[in-house]
Amino acid sequence: MNPAVTAEAWQAIVLTLQLATLSSLLLLLIATPLAWWLSQTRSGWRTPIGALVTLPLVLPPTVLGFYILVLLGPHGWIGQWTQAVGWGVLSFSFTGLLIGSVIFSLPFAVQPIQYAFEAIGRRPMEVAATLRARPLDAFFSVALPLAKPGILTATVLCFAHTVGEFGVVLMIGGNIPGKTRVVSTQIYGHVEAMEYAQAHWLAAAMLAFSFAVLVALSRLKKRSDRVLP
Amino acid sequence: MTLRLPRCFAITAMLLMLPMTVLAAEVPVAVAANFSAPMKIIAQDFERDTGHKARLAFGATGQFYAQIRNGAPFAVLLSADDATPTKLEKEGLGVIGSRFTYATGKLVLWSKKAGLVDGQADVLRNSPFDKIAVANPKLSPYGAAAMETLDTMGLRERIAPKIVEGSNIAQTFQFVASENAALGFVALSQVFENGTIKEGSAWIVPASMHAPIKQDAVLLSAGRDSPAAAALLKYLQGDKAKAVIRAFGYER
Repeated sequence: MNPAVTAEAWQAIVLTLQLATLSSLLLLLIATPLAWWLSQTRSGWRTPIGALVTLPLVLPPTVLGFYILVLLGPHGWIGQWTQAVGWGVLSFSFTGLLIGSVIFSLPFAVQPIQYAFEAIGRRPMEVAATLRARPLDAFFSVALPLAKPGILTATVLCFAHTVGEFGVVLMIGGNIPGKTRVVSTQIYGHVEAMEYAQAHWLAAAMLAFSFAVLVALSRLKKRSDRVLP
Repeated sequence: MTLRLPRCFAITAMLLMLPMTVLAAEVPVAVAANFSAPMKIIAQDFERDTGHKARLAFGATGQFYAQIRNGAPFAVLLSADDATPTKLEKEGLGVIGSRFTYATGKLVLWSKKAGLVDGQADVLRNSPFDKIAVANPKLSPYGAAAMETLDTMGLRERIAPKIVEGSNIAQTFQFVASENAALGFVALSQVFENGTIKEGSAWIVPASMHAPIKQDAVLLSAGRDSPAAAALLKYLQGDKAKAVIRAFGYER
């Protein structure tokens, strides 16, 4: 294989892994409190917020990508805000891609964690309260450890989902090497340019990776099922 | 039961209509996205004048190529370039001798902002902008022509760090239209209406600055024996179609 092509491919792979890692971390920080709130609240906002979080799951990535592009753009809400605080317009940047990925994968993070929290029930938290644990304390020492399988699932799913993300990246990325050109858009470019050999190479790597992730995920689930009653 | 009856009739009626649609002479046509607007009008005229119906699918030429290679039943391809029809001809998927240039694209540097783009393209030399949108030159003839224009002007080096790539000319237009990119190289047909630029500011790139953007049509082997497909190719070369093509900012 042509060394320039290989270098391009590696650049895309590294960028994809960076994007997936950062997205997963950010998503855990955002999704865990959100999932906790959704699992505990009796507020009337629960249903609409829950639906809003699930929306990226059902919307086609092109719709999502288009709205994110408009929102990040100079006249969009996010764009106006980022310009006001001096970050400029974030479309066509790695940060913009990160924002897109977080929105895109939000349901994959929130749902497994929310189900895990709901499965714990109220009892352990009530027991913790009778032992005089403050709510925050109980959350970190009781709820969070018990929800570990859900959190692990969420992490793996978010990582894999971001690696496989395509439509949103295509819409807001601008295909800039080393900044916004990830593996999936690179494959698309090769296919469109009829460079099928290069496309095969990257596509096969993606396939193998995704398969390995799913196998790992099911092993992880089995193991945590054994640990937990 | 009584409630279900109407639906039953409707389904029977639909089934009865199926053979009729098959009998009508239909041409499945793959149309390059940049030619969508004029082709819709040409297809209407074509149906009115000949009785045949052109069933249009719009998309990226590269995608159509992959689909045709894998057995997509298109009878005609209206490509965004001349390379793909040539390739199809060589591979035996296009009918040899059927290829012709149905339109020559015009490249334009366009901004939604009034006054940003000037008549001499000084905006490229001074480059008072963050992002300029160009279609991926590997995928789009308009992108390739844009890069060639920058080469001709000796500005590729300076402009390259500011380039954001659209995967096709439609997406490139979207980047500029949403002002995520301040300006961009798009197809004149995208910003042209009734003989003038619709909005914003523009510089129509002189044809001498890049190789002509020839958009070729080719009869595909699936349409080899279809009289309707032959009629459409002939119709595209007629004066009526030519007038529509010109009105949309292509050369003919």
